[in-house]
Amino acid sequence: MAEISVELVAVERRLWSGQATFVVAQTTEGEIGIMPGHEPVLGQLVEGGIVKIDTTDGETVQAAVHGGFLSVTNERVSVLAESAELASEIDVEAARAALSAEDEAERARAAAQLRAAGQPA
Amino acid sequence: MAQLRELRAKIRATKSIGKITKAMELIATSRIGRAQARVAASRPYSTEITKVLSALAGAASNLDDPFLVERVNPTRAAVLVVTSDKGLCGGYNTNVLRATEELLSLLRKEGKEPSVYVIGGKGLNYYKFRGREVAGSWTGFSDQPHYENAAVAGNALTESFLAEAGVDEVHIVYTEFRSMLSQVPTAKRVAPLEIEYTAEQEQPPAAADLLPSYEFEPSADKLLSALLPKYVNTRIFSALLESAASELAARRTAMKAASDNANDLVNTYTRLANQARQAQITQEISEIVGGADALAAVGSDE
Repeated sequence: MAEISVELVAVERRLWSGQATFVVAQTTEGEIGIMPGHEPVLGQLVEGGIVKIDTTDGETVQAAVHGGFLSVTNERVSVLAESAELASEIDVEAARAALSAEDEAERARAAAQLRAAGQPA
Repeated sequence: MAQLRELRAKIRATKSIGKITKAMELIATSRIGRAQARVAASRPYSTEITKVLSALAGAASNLDDPFLVERVNPTRAAVLVVTSDKGLCGGYNTNVLRATEELLSLLRKEGKEPSVYVIGGKGLNYYKFRGREVAGSWTGFSDQPHYENAAVAGNALTESFLAEAGVDEVHIVYTEFRSMLSQVPTAKRVAPLEIEYTAEQEQPPAAADLLPSYEFEPSADKLLSALLPKYVNTRIFSALLESAASELAARRTAMKAASDNANDLVNTYTRLANQARQAQITQEISEIVGGADALAAVGSDE
């Protein structure tokens, strides 16, 4: 099966890298799905979006991504984010509490975290 | 008598200072590793964003984004200084502040009015004490900076840079971490960015290095103007990380010197104290002998 190498990189660390068969992300123009052999694309991701990666092992990696870019080349997909959390790292309780925060950016971030963690927002 | 007691008090005091400096040295040593790891961890992002930017710069129709164009007649420049919050790190802050002063006088000579932005408590105190104006300051994270910290400072600078009445250039002065023993204060210009044109005709790049022809969502120009401020923030963040590692290395060196000095002092004082004790004993003996002699002389008189 065809595969692409994917890197999910936040400013402070590399969150995930490996082989995948399918990547879904939301750019400012709309949702985009990337399979192996996709044409090169450079896109700006929406604030508080979700990136979903289907790995070759049949697992799904989900992450909440804030303020990022997506770069697809012939060989690989890189997701660059100012900050990002993998679904497994998200503190659901804290995110739910942050939903009622004053700051709008804070709320959007919390909503994305909850969606990435598979919780109803 | 008094001398011996004084010396003992000094030995006690020096020993406890030595313990503190030794502890600080060990703490700094253990944190340097972590700080270096953070510098390494931030590298994938900066390499990726540089790659993306060069692809964009090649594709964008016009490169006249404010971040890329030299201003005509620059009259104001912002200088961001990265210092530490805490002291006890040798010449770390002095060096970076001296480099800043050099940059400031250079800018003035070029006819640009510099405004100073400060990160770190020590730098802020330096300018406050001298009654100089500080355009903005951020403190409390010098030894463990996070991207949010860099973003706050970066956004303030970007805002001023893009504003009509703002600055025309942005410089940053930080300490570059070369090795455990050598940290060098460095001044860099972060905006406007310098564009490097690659001479394609002379040397055709290998096929693998060729940048793919991207599709852009949204347009390349829009993307470029969204990406450049982020790139500036990344540069500031990596400066903060380097500075943090440098600060810890400087602190380790300073604290090691202090511990060594404390040990030397303890040795000297111990020797002096032993001498004083010996002198006291000798004096006591001679007093007793003298006393006995005097008594014997009195007895023989009778």
